[in-house]
Amino acid sequence: MAEPVLSVQHLVKRFGGLTATDDLSIEVLPGELHALIGPNGAGKTTAIGQIMGEIAPDSGRILFMGAEITRLSTPARVRRGLSRTFQITQLLEDDTAEDNVALAVQAHAGHSFRFWRDAFRDARLRGPARAALERVGLPEARWGLAVADLSHGERKQLELAVALAGEPRMLLLDEPMAGLGASESLRMTEVLRGLKGRIPILLVEHDMDAVFSLADRISVLVYGHCIASGTPETIRHDPTVRAAYLSEEEAV
Amino acid sequence: MRRAWRDERLWAVLLLALAALVPVVAPMLGSPATVGLATRIVIYGLAASSLHLILGGAGLVSFGHAAFFGLGGYAVGILYAHHVSGEPFLGFIPGSNDLLVTMPAAILAGGIGAAIIGALSLRTAGVQFIMITLAFAQMLYFLFVSLKAYGGDDGLAIRRVVPVLGMNLRDPATLYWICLGLLALWLFLMDRIRRSRFGRILAGVRQGERRMAAIGVRTYPYKLAAFTIAGMGAAMAGALMVNYLRFVSPDMMHWTKSGELMVMVILGGLGTLLGPVVGAAALVSLEYTLSGLTEHWQFVLGPILLLVVLFARGGILGGLRRLAGRPAEHEAQPLPPGELPSGGTAPERAAHG
Repeated sequence: MAEPVLSVQHLVKRFGGLTATDDLSIEVLPGELHALIGPNGAGKTTAIGQIMGEIAPDSGRILFMGAEITRLSTPARVRRGLSRTFQITQLLEDDTAEDNVALAVQAHAGHSFRFWRDAFRDARLRGPARAALERVGLPEARWGLAVADLSHGERKQLELAVALAGEPRMLLLDEPMAGLGASESLRMTEVLRGLKGRIPILLVEHDMDAVFSLADRISVLVYGHCIASGTPETIRHDPTVRAAYLSEEEAV
Repeated sequence: MRRAWRDERLWAVLLLALAALVPVVAPMLGSPATVGLATRIVIYGLAASSLHLILGGAGLVSFGHAAFFGLGGYAVGILYAHHVSGEPFLGFIPGSNDLLVTMPAAILAGGIGAAIIGALSLRTAGVQFIMITLAFAQMLYFLFVSLKAYGGDDGLAIRRVVPVLGMNLRDPATLYWICLGLLALWLFLMDRIRRSRFGRILAGVRQGERRMAAIGVRTYPYKLAAFTIAGMGAAMAGALMVNYLRFVSPDMMHWTKSGELMVMVILGGLGTLLGPVVGAAALVSLEYTLSGLTEHWQFVLGPILLLVVLFARGGILGGLRRLAGRPAEHEAQPLPPGELPSGGTAPERAAHG
């Protein structure tokens, strides 16, 4: 078996009396699209927060590309190649879509103690930014609009473009389909299918159609603990999963 | 958006060119005192613009910016005092009354002061940051109040301002042109910075620290650099002010001065190149006019400021833009019809977005 890109080992996080992450262990293999599902409040977003270094775990280890990153700051992890999207989009509202992506390209290109040249006309930033926007399928007519003027679906696409702009070695996607309409969801699924295999992805998602059609493996989280992990087929027929979670969702 | 910026730069050049005519026109209109008023406006415009780099650029609400204004002023005052007494400052720095020496010294003092205060304050954020910058500035204020060697509460007078490169600084017009030239240089620098990679990082800090971390940027060094540059700009303005007034006192770094600079920035319009200068012009001339009319001018000034803040979103420049039918910067994008849910005016949309 290939060495995992990301290995989360026995992660624990308590908020007061609530155990948000309870001895959580997950592995994401090279090229794998690994979905993390679970009912609301299962601790999926908290898990992503800990993998990215935004939340400090109480115990446990996180290894990325074989190296321990448990104590690194968020920017340091991003520079090593981890990249995430947010469920509630975190974009620069006054800037245009293209400016948002160009800034991520700039951050990846090294330090920004450059005071003189016009960053708005720097082809080394604009080129990769446009490529990322094209990759997520945002129409070119929308690139020059301020984020405040974009629709919810377009913001979700833009989140993904920003995450891709830094040429990450792994993506953590926090509910990229949340709040999207049916056709937008399908489009996003196709974009993710295009990324699958080229870059390992940890996908947190509630849209079960998307999860079961995209994922190589699925881990099911309940009360912060991983109760099952396997291929979509095994998860679909796993009795504990059905009892804990899937039974509520008639669609599956 | 790009076009609006280009327009603003054009306006900046035009306004500066017009401002350069003040010493020529003022005597013709029989009011040579206007040059002094204009000098104050230019100097405060420079100080306000320096505050705008961190306040408008990076969204860092520093409530102690007058500290660096005062540090620059005292650098000039103290060097002059040592020039007169003949004793070197701290035992090894000779005094001077030459602007070519005292100005770089003032900028250096402001930069070092801002680097130290910034390094400590920038570890906090939000209200804490406002309070800690205020506290540091007040500490400096009380330090200079208690420094009897340099006049304490009464401050220091500078009796003679020597010529610089053959220019007579005692001539009000000459001093005004030097201040205006430095303001033009500063604004040019601010415009470059705003569009540079460094400026882009600051804009990111203002709009979302969390996003900046997620794209891998450690923001602290950038914030500290901006804070230091802003301190240097304020110190430059302070040095000019002391040359103009021929006097420096702790009042230059009192917290009310920091407040005035903040009012200028907000009054003129955040996020614009000229806003702080326009705000300085408005506040200084309002003070001047109202104090000539009534003893209780502050009683009138307060409500006027309140009205501008309430009704001219984006300050004076934002108000002018709307009057000219040109939406403010981030609202300037033309929208294809039917692309967005109807209802709500452009500013409202921006507020909800």
